[in-house]
Amino acid sequence: MEHILEKARKAADEAEVFEVSSEETQVRFEANKLKQLQTKQQTSVALRIIKGGKTGYATSTEIGDGTELVNNAIETAEFGTTAAFKLPESTKYPVVDIFDDAVNSVSIGEMVELGEKMIATITGHTPKIICEAAVGRGVITVSIINSRGGQAKYSKSFFGMDIEGSLIEETDMLFVGESENSCHPLSDTSMVTAEVLRQLDLAKNRATAPSKSLPVVFTPNGIASGLMLPLMSAFNGKTVLEGASPVGSKQGQLVFDKQFSLYDNPTIGYRPGSRPCDDEGVGSQRTTLIKEGIIADFLYDLQTATLAGKQSTGNGSRSRGGLPSPSASALTIAPGNTAFDDMIKDIKEGLLIDYLMGASQGNVLGGDFSGNVLLGYKIENGEIVGRVKDTMVSGNIYKALKNITAIGTEARWVGSSLHTPPIYLPGIAVASQG
Amino acid sequence: MPDIDTIADELAAELKKHQADYLEARLEEGQTSHIAYRGKELDSIGRSTSVGGNVRALVNGGWGFTSFNNLDGLSDRITQAIEQAKSAGSGKSHLASVEPVTDNVPTGIDVNPVTIPLVEKKQLLDEYNEIIWSTPRIQTSNIGYSDSRKKVIFLNSSGSHITQERADVNLRLAAIAAKDGEVQQVGLSLGSRGNIGAIQGLHDKVRDMSQNAVNMLTAPQARGGEYTIVLDPVLAGVFVHEAFGHLSESDFVYENEQMKKIMTLGKQFGGKHLNIIDSAAVPPGLRGSYKYDDEGTLALKTYLIREGELVGRLHSLETAAKMNEKPTGNARAISYRYPPIVRMTNTYIEPGETTFEDMIADIKEGIYAKNWYGGTTSMEMFTFSAGEAYMIRNGKIAEALRPVVLTGNVFATLQNIDAIGDDLDMNEGGGCGKGEQMPLPVSNGSPHIRIQKCLIGGS
Repeated sequence: MEHILEKARKAADEAEVFEVSSEETQVRFEANKLKQLQTKQQTSVALRIIKGGKTGYATSTEIGDGTELVNNAIETAEFGTTAAFKLPESTKYPVVDIFDDAVNSVSIGEMVELGEKMIATITGHTPKIICEAAVGRGVITVSIINSRGGQAKYSKSFFGMDIEGSLIEETDMLFVGESENSCHPLSDTSMVTAEVLRQLDLAKNRATAPSKSLPVVFTPNGIASGLMLPLMSAFNGKTVLEGASPVGSKQGQLVFDKQFSLYDNPTIGYRPGSRPCDDEGVGSQRTTLIKEGIIADFLYDLQTATLAGKQSTGNGSRSRGGLPSPSASALTIAPGNTAFDDMIKDIKEGLLIDYLMGASQGNVLGGDFSGNVLLGYKIENGEIVGRVKDTMVSGNIYKALKNITAIGTEARWVGSSLHTPPIYLPGIAVASQG
Repeated sequence: MPDIDTIADELAAELKKHQADYLEARLEEGQTSHIAYRGKELDSIGRSTSVGGNVRALVNGGWGFTSFNNLDGLSDRITQAIEQAKSAGSGKSHLASVEPVTDNVPTGIDVNPVTIPLVEKKQLLDEYNEIIWSTPRIQTSNIGYSDSRKKVIFLNSSGSHITQERADVNLRLAAIAAKDGEVQQVGLSLGSRGNIGAIQGLHDKVRDMSQNAVNMLTAPQARGGEYTIVLDPVLAGVFVHEAFGHLSESDFVYENEQMKKIMTLGKQFGGKHLNIIDSAAVPPGLRGSYKYDDEGTLALKTYLIREGELVGRLHSLETAAKMNEKPTGNARAISYRYPPIVRMTNTYIEPGETTFEDMIADIKEGIYAKNWYGGTTSMEMFTFSAGEAYMIRNGKIAEALRPVVLTGNVFATLQNIDAIGDDLDMNEGGGCGKGEQMPLPVSNGSPHIRIQKCLIGGS
């Protein structure tokens, strides 16, 4: 890396080298049986330069002597974005525990056993179900050095298991699933399987939904699939800078229900979304986005923050090998004080939504969500009575989350990027073919 | 850059030495460039290069797969893949056999889009962006351009040695209009198998797109419920891909007895006028086209539905062998980092005889849904969204609506297609996702089609 930085400094005013390498191993099950073992080794290096006040950028899987990388970055700098930001100098980072060496010593045999155990539990409950499952582990190492003396290096371990089941009768299909991940090795499958069994039990009976506005409870999975994308787009500093965020000019104003608070927090120990610094070497911090319904802050990387006259919130993320761009690391919706069971008991006629398919296809920027209730249930007189199908719900987060009936006490992780309790909304438009 | 041809020659000899039911390797080198705008400002511009490979082994029905950027010590990678396959396998291997092939397939284009100077590509995007911004009430724009060229060498233990090169061009534009807290956007996405001409000369289309986004601000939202809808070729293409195409991918079917019952050949899925095809072979030069798939199988034109009847499906070597059918050449991987899985290529509804005017003539109240915004399927249920929508009233296109989301049961909806137009058009802007592999270059197409009783979301 140092030799690339040296070479780039000679050709440009400032330079930054970002290298990420990973090794991961996964066991995969198909149709309830072990099907494939795989390992993936990957390295990539990205060079960002500032030349004549403009940003140049190139990436490669080949480090070599760096000549091609430097030349490509120089070509792009000719037309590049005006570099408003300054690369960070040497910084002291918060201590964030994200590496557990024990992940590496989990044997393939143990991983296979975990997968088999998940499948046995679920097929034991519902013999006709067909499951796909995966158990994986790995280590990712990120290194950053820049011409202003900034440097960061960390390794993160990760371990995950997931299972999806499909139950088909004629052309009637039910899909269930759950996943769990951590920086520690996981040895207990019961969290994942209990959730899948819950879904199977609730979906056993069928019910029909009317076409009208109904109270709806979104489970954590339901929130992730239905409501998060419009929120993430609205709180992205870039969207705000462009004037395209509906909340961009409303800092300090009450926009959502007072019960609703949202944070981004990459400093939680042993969570796969956590890290000591972002992909530009800016230290991680907890950022409040919504505090009791009031718009608090937005997510920034270096460039966007400088243009907006703000400080980077340490959310510069390089997805797919591109330039850093603001992105949430691990979002948390603050729990409320209503137990899930009490929400259900409170509803005379309504829906419980576990998975909304295609909700992010509409006008996400404007806050719309509209999707097919792929996994959801009818609530009648305080009880969940059965699964609904051929049902679509539509709404807009700025209307829906302005008036929240209750937020649940029981929060949990959905994947690695969201920690949330269930949310109970008073009226969402439902269209159904019954 | 390491010379992958030389490495491939050495690797071919290595593959023969090792013992497995089946062994294959892919080596890949490629370049890409991209230019992205957010608003008036250039957001990102860059070039990248990559080299990598993988080895896949089959032993006793179990697969081992290892992918890497580091091309040293490939003999150990082969051993590793075989050991993995042994640990995974506990039965019998099933794999259709294909004749070994030695071939070299060039990109088929004159100019590699990646080597075109960035300044020229940027100039074109600047023109488009200026058109968007010159439209009153436009709040911002989004433009993403990318191109790639790659060379893939495929080797297997039967002695195949296939070198294929391909190039790809993709452009997405979006105009975002805003007024009084309302935000609306309309997008355009196009692509080609490397021909940069496909994204040139779009000035009028970009102007229309921008105006549509502004018009949407004052458009009413559709009332949720069932409608007779007419889909334009772009959206009908997404529909055939999402709603039916994924069901035809045999990896969802081959080990699932219940799915086999649903997808029994000979079953009637639609009216006599319905014909659905997937073909990487014909027509050539589309984004989903290729000569050999990533298992070295020659690509075919496959009828999935003929005269409403299920007559075929898409296969890899393993699914074909397990279902006792012929391989179709549909095993694809987005890159060396992934094993090939069953995928679509160019999927389309064959044109019929109904003109657009006749199709809408007897609709009293319906919706004309145009343009693609997104789509996804759960096999049984589909949901996809139109970029533009209009009411149809008394046989005429009437007022514009906010974008609509359509959803329904796949099987019922296929039966509910009651008219197929005479105006097939292929769309090359899409990228398909399956599992962790996306976006895969594909194309979709259809003439205008009419569907009875389709569910539209709304207030």
